[in-house]
Amino acid sequence: MAALSVSFTLNGSPVTVEIDPAHRLLDTLRYQLALTGTKEGCGEGECGACTVYLDGLPVNSCLIPTYQVRGHRVETIESLDPGALEPFERCGATQCGACTPGVVMTAWWIREHVELLRTHSIRELMAGNLCRCTGYDGIIDSVEEALGERGRGKGEG
Amino acid sequence: MKRREALAKLTGRERYVDDLPLQDFLWGMTVRSPAPRGRVTATRFGKDVDWSQFVVVDHRDIPGPNVVALIEQDQPVLAANYVRHVHEPVLLLAHPSRDSVRRAVRAVDVVIAPESPALDFRIAPAPDQIQYGPDNVLKHLQIVKGDVERALAQAPVVVSGTYETGAQEHVYLETQGMIAYLEGDVLVVKGSMQCPYYVLKALQQALARDETKVRVIQTPTGGGFGGKEEFPSHIALHAALLALKSGRPVKLIYDRGEDMAATTKRHPARVRHRTGLSRDGRLLAQDIEVVIDGGAYVTLSPVVLSRAIIHAAGPYACDHVRITGRAMFTNAVPFGAFRGFGAPQSQFAGERHMDVIARTLGVDAVELRRINLLRDGQTTATGQAIRDGTDRLAVLERALELSRYREKQPEHAAFNATHTTLRRGSGLSTFYHGAGFTGGGEVALKSRLRVAGRPDGGVEVLSANIEMGQGTVTVFTELAATRLGLEPEDVTIAEADTSRVPNSGPTVASRTTMIVGGLIERAADDLRRRVGLDDTARGGTVKQAIRRWHREHPGEPLLGEAAYEKPPGIAWDDKTYRGDAYGAFAWAAYVAEVEVDLRTCATRVIDFVAVQEVGKVLNPTLARGQVQGGVVQGIGWALMEECKWRDGAMANNQLTNYLIPTSDDVPSVRVAFLENPYPHGAGGAKGLGELPIDGPAPAILNAVARATGADPRAIPLTPEKLMELVDGQASVGAQQAAPLR
Amino acid sequence: MNVLLPATVPEALDQLANDGTAVPIAGGTDLLVHWPVRVEAHERTYVDLSRLDSLRPLRWTADELLLGGLTTYWDVIRDDRASQEFPLLVDAARQVGAIQIQARGTWAGNIVNASPAADGVPVLMAYDAVVVLESRRGREEVPLDRFYSGYKEMKRRPDQLVVGIRLPRRRYSYQVFEKVGARRAQAIAKVGLAITRSGAGWRVVAASVAPTIRRCPAVERLLETGTPIASPEALRPALAQDVAPIDDIRSSAQYRTHVMARVLYHDLRDFWGKRA
Repeated sequence: MAALSVSFTLNGSPVTVEIDPAHRLLDTLRYQLALTGTKEGCGEGECGACTVYLDGLPVNSCLIPTYQVRGHRVETIESLDPGALEPFERCGATQCGACTPGVVMTAWWIREHVELLRTHSIRELMAGNLCRCTGYDGIIDSVEEALGERGRGKGEG
Repeated sequence: MKRREALAKLTGRERYVDDLPLQDFLWGMTVRSPAPRGRVTATRFGKDVDWSQFVVVDHRDIPGPNVVALIEQDQPVLAANYVRHVHEPVLLLAHPSRDSVRRAVRAVDVVIAPESPALDFRIAPAPDQIQYGPDNVLKHLQIVKGDVERALAQAPVVVSGTYETGAQEHVYLETQGMIAYLEGDVLVVKGSMQCPYYVLKALQQALARDETKVRVIQTPTGGGFGGKEEFPSHIALHAALLALKSGRPVKLIYDRGEDMAATTKRHPARVRHRTGLSRDGRLLAQDIEVVIDGGAYVTLSPVVLSRAIIHAAGPYACDHVRITGRAMFTNAVPFGAFRGFGAPQSQFAGERHMDVIARTLGVDAVELRRINLLRDGQTTATGQAIRDGTDRLAVLERALELSRYREKQPEHAAFNATHTTLRRGSGLSTFYHGAGFTGGGEVALKSRLRVAGRPDGGVEVLSANIEMGQGTVTVFTELAATRLGLEPEDVTIAEADTSRVPNSGPTVASRTTMIVGGLIERAADDLRRRVGLDDTARGGTVKQAIRRWHREHPGEPLLGEAAYEKPPGIAWDDKTYRGDAYGAFAWAAYVAEVEVDLRTCATRVIDFVAVQEVGKVLNPTLARGQVQGGVVQGIGWALMEECKWRDGAMANNQLTNYLIPTSDDVPSVRVAFLENPYPHGAGGAKGLGELPIDGPAPAILNAVARATGADPRAIPLTPEKLMELVDGQASVGAQQAAPLR
Repeated sequence: MNVLLPATVPEALDQLANDGTAVPIAGGTDLLVHWPVRVEAHERTYVDLSRLDSLRPLRWTADELLLGGLTTYWDVIRDDRASQEFPLLVDAARQVGAIQIQARGTWAGNIVNASPAADGVPVLMAYDAVVVLESRRGREEVPLDRFYSGYKEMKRRPDQLVVGIRLPRRRYSYQVFEKVGARRAQAIAKVGLAITRSGAGWRVVAASVAPTIRRCPAVERLLETGTPIASPEALRPALAQDVAPIDDIRSSAQYRTHVMARVLYHDLRDFWGKRA
């Protein structure tokens, strides 16, 4: 089948790509758009290393055909403000870094949707991001720190 | 000091091998054996593929010997006319389109005339299954102290037990991969690896290239845990062969299923104990047999076996010990290095056995350890006198205190008596881990390291030891900066590029901080001397002297150097397997609290305390992270990580079917350190990376035993296996479980 | 590979009618697993449903909750009324994979994937869900507990699209969902159980213990008739009539049978031997 033209909003800016319809969003981001921050860890939606936001929700980009994002909003790790990630640095959220972009995407989303913690624990919300290095404490501590800072009025906006 | 490269990793800017821009390259892929053993009678290329578009490499394309250099020269780069395991590489293909090369791999039919494979390392092979030596034993080792047979015969009580551990898959989140290309006449190989010089040696040998014509560069590595210790040499060779044949850059990245199926795993093990004791629980004799499954090639099995037997008797004093070890050949995908490297297997057995002993004798499990833990002046199984001054009882006591082990016993008893379906219990393990290579291994490595003075007055650390998440870059920076009184910003850590860095040894064996860090300190001192300063000079004085030296010697390199020197008073005899196995041991006591749901026999770890004495904690965040990460790997290994085998290869090679813990499966791991500086470790530190995975599995099984009254002896203790034990159990002494009502 | 991108439901129905081999794709959480290595899957024709916005929302009427053909697990988790009236939907949704899967996976997709280990289907079935199918030939409604006829076989013709799932609003006096997996999240059920009790009677639905997800009529009968059950073992004869678990890569028949008996026995301790 011929290439498909897909237009969508990527990290706040409009973009149009010609894609092979068999491409996953992960492939398009990494190999066509050179946004290599999003990683492939398993190709089956288990590890979460490929997490991006689709219309503001964290999703596994390895399970999304690129043609489905036409007209939608995609945000990748490259869109997050590095200055806001200090709690993650301080609390040991990352070791080898392979799971980290996916972890940060989900963690940041939790921080921006604090009301979820009325019904969910942080550990449950992070369970779609596998990490083999940290044992998860560094990650959970970082999220709690980031939430605490939000509560203290830091890092807003 | 915060992890130096953290922000790059947090923002996704750190570039791993598959992230690197590469022009005009080919995707490489591997065609593998479908059978566990037999002669290759044909390789058939499917009719529907235009093979002229593909680069095809087989064993005939290998310029040098068809061997991947390691301990023994037994493993081919590509199978020539015989295969010894499923997934053994036979051919390599490359094409500009990854999709095309995937389809092409399926279109190649490797035809094998099958022969009878040896697939169970626990049973003696049939005569037609002998493929190594006379008995399929890859390695045999023995440790002897005193007279164990006599001591057993005289012991008032003898307790026996057999314990088994399953394989474990690393699941580093970045799969294995390499890039290879020619730069002029120099072959450059870049990729995810723990040991650039192992890869260099393998490339030199099989490609018949001399040192100046090969360059190996480690790219940021997304986890290793031993899985990238020796296997990367294979992928490097594969990518290189394709690059040499095609004249184009080649990228070879394993997808997850292939990585899980075709690369190494932790050696499965079976350990038998026969232990003689006095009635109050003093160890009188330990007779231990360790058997591990090595798979179809030798790889590192002799060394894994060595570490397994050295740690098998536990951190205890006993005058009569015999430990026999065997690594078996089977037609399984070869097993290899995995964090702990034999010690987790043998210490699982030893520490579960201690609780079995406690139950059999009616002795308290804590008391049993207290009586037997090594005191200063006592000797290990290899006759090494422990004189480090560490209060090992204090390590145990701290763990009991933090976990409220004693207080929880009546709480658990009350809970278990009244709850209809849940049972709780706590279990402990006391254990140890020797850092660095065993015996004369560090001497044999001849590690060298340089610290260069830069023209701007800063320094650059040149070492082959890599960062894979454990914190090398940060710790090396801290050590160099502290030694010379510099700021971290004044220190750079060179990329591990064999054309620039000396061979400071592999990044394995918990040696990087303790031993290689020590080389940094000495090389920094050497650098200081070269610019005319003494060891008290620090900070601005050092920077100025370096800058002045460069002004006076324009264009010349300023290099402080250090080579490994064995600490004084260490002696090891490789023939008798006696003496000082390691310069230093780290000591630990872990307590796991579990809750078992008797409806499903699922075990949840609800609390975990990890206490260890590690010399000196150089960076608390990094050290805590190592412990927590290792503990969670241990929890996974104990309860849910099960390799399912078909023809000696992993059948459940997917993350949906091979389960590692998620954040919701583990409690917060509570960590405490005791310190007793080790004089020969950088900054007083002892190795820490592997210790944490030695302790969790036996602590967890001991906890399950106390919670349920069952007597598990093998891991993974899946719910299915626990249910069989719980259903089939007879009541045992005082530990009878309250029945499911 | 061919992908069709209908903008409306009628367009999609035309495409499905014209090509009986075309595969509708919604969230992709089943269809795209291991996509790059499953090269044969690239040869097919897909009908992309993602632009059919009218199928996304869920709707409450006086008598029913109507899930749309593209309603996701997350849509239900976020619906306050669902937590109150259909808590098992929320329980099950929270145990599907993790947030990244819940944000994309659809209830309808779970139904037509027809896995015997599905997470959404058991709770839908326990709530007496009715599957609403549309095609060019018209609308058809099939109760979910009659939707499956065998392993991966269901009453959906290739030209039909699931456009909705109807759940009658009722008062439930008892409801529970149990998913027994190998870990707490991102796990495929070894045994799944969804149990409800209302004026319409008992519903006991089991997953991963038969070629299809199904009601357990023999167990339901024990509950309806108030037969005393004194232990998990006493449930075995009824289970033998209702389910047939197997050994597979995830678990064993023996384990599944034991677990199902124990979970049923303990969860329903207050109800055995008591007629309504």
